[in-house]
Amino acid sequence: MRLLTREALLSFRRAPLLSALSITTIAFSLFTLGLFGLVAINLRQALRGLEERVEIVAFVLRGTPTETITLATQDIAAFPEVQDVAYVTEEQALARASRELVEFRDAYRDLQVNPLPASIEVRLKEGYRDAAHVEGVAQRLRGFGFVNDVRFGRDWVRKLDHLRNVTGIVGLVIGLAFAAVAVVIIGVTIRLTLLQRAREISIMRLVGATNWFIRGPFLLEGALKGLLGGLCSLGLCYAGYLLFRDQSGGTFAGLIFFHPVQMLTIVLFGVMLGLGGSLVSVGRHLRHV
Amino acid sequence: MIRLSHVDKAFPNGALALKDVSFRIGKGEFVFLTGHSGAGKSTIMKLLFAETRPTHGEVRVSGYNVSELRPDEIPRLRRRLGIVFQDFRLLEHRTAAENIAFALEVTGARRDTIAARVMRVLTQVGLTAKSRAYPRELSGGEQQRVAIARALVNDPAILVADEPTGNLDERATRGVFQLLRDINAGGTVIVMATHDLDLVRQASYRTIELREGSVVYDSAQDEPDEAEAAR
Repeated sequence: MRLLTREALLSFRRAPLLSALSITTIAFSLFTLGLFGLVAINLRQALRGLEERVEIVAFVLRGTPTETITLATQDIAAFPEVQDVAYVTEEQALARASRELVEFRDAYRDLQVNPLPASIEVRLKEGYRDAAHVEGVAQRLRGFGFVNDVRFGRDWVRKLDHLRNVTGIVGLVIGLAFAAVAVVIIGVTIRLTLLQRAREISIMRLVGATNWFIRGPFLLEGALKGLLGGLCSLGLCYAGYLLFRDQSGGTFAGLIFFHPVQMLTIVLFGVMLGLGGSLVSVGRHLRHV
Repeated sequence: MIRLSHVDKAFPNGALALKDVSFRIGKGEFVFLTGHSGAGKSTIMKLLFAETRPTHGEVRVSGYNVSELRPDEIPRLRRRLGIVFQDFRLLEHRTAAENIAFALEVTGARRDTIAARVMRVLTQVGLTAKSRAYPRELSGGEQQRVAIARALVNDPAILVADEPTGNLDERATRGVFQLLRDINAGGTVIVMATHDLDLVRQASYRTIELREGSVVYDSAQDEPDEAEAAR
């Protein structure tokens, strides 16, 4: 183990420029990946905010007894998709309209009869706010005899669904593309180190070193470069995040950064890329010498 | 210790580097492989340490059948051999002692035994005073001694030397050759490829001569016949 570490570190000392170049390229690959990740998590956060506003409103027939509605509300609250249910009486609806629609306040004040129906407002749990689930719950609400009409902004929910899918696919494709680029870059830098040390490797083989013994320091070197590259990319991402957040004049004040588990994932991803790149390069080199 | 039976070795272009080569080398022997450049000496050397495999025939070295050796068995075979080259093949950024220790480290030798074993072989090749010198600080003869020390440090039963004196002046050649003779006197089999006939004549060791990939003379077999013919 000591020899393995010494050999791996020796390559950093022997070729500091090449090592710095490797780490920089890994850092920039992961930085690009990280920036996209930041956009993705912030977009997801924004979508979550929009999703929270997905609400199904079931309008209740005038004259429905309160007990019936209370029982129905309890039933609806027991649906697995439902987060919370609120019953809005006709009076509450009018009060809300007067409060929110200021320009009609005078008109509402002069009304003899309240034209607004009572309603049951249903909000769904996270993960159930897509078009299919919303439609399913709306369908079940329509099954109650006292429900006159159900509204949930069908198009809006579908658009949100579409946006979510597109974001996911684009994120995956771009993420994989950058990961592939990072693997190639790491592979190339390790290959340069291998060529630089080809003579040493041939001597190691002649004195009886096993392939795993030869691979060891290179794998550790790749993992270390991946680790350092990952840490540097996190630093760059954080600098970029601060710059964007603070220079946007408050427009993006609510931007979020990776949480610790995500940061650890990025660094581990760097390590995995480093290991993968080394493994491919060393394997190919050992097959050809 | 070593047995080649009807060995052919073809280059990728189909040309034969070795044609029907057969010989045996027993315990304690010192054998010269001679012949012009391209005669097949280095190919035989490479077969002995499994750098290449025969196209046909069988090569047995120290109990291993090189023709059927699995990749993971190659390092095990090489640990039983000492290998010396014309160009020394020392690591430039390591001292003489570190170059020798390297051969022990890669084989997973116990750390506390390495220093003593390195000193033992450095003494054997007469280079204790130069243990901390880097290859560039040593003469050609001294570099080859370090390479021989590295080959000896794992106590090999067989030492394979491919033109070990090819890059040395006459004095250094004599010194290295004497060192190989001393090693052989200790019981190690030496197979030495050389085209230096003066060196071959200096000693009465067995000589196998190659020409265009075939054995044209083996003193162990031909001499009795010649002697008989003379009679």
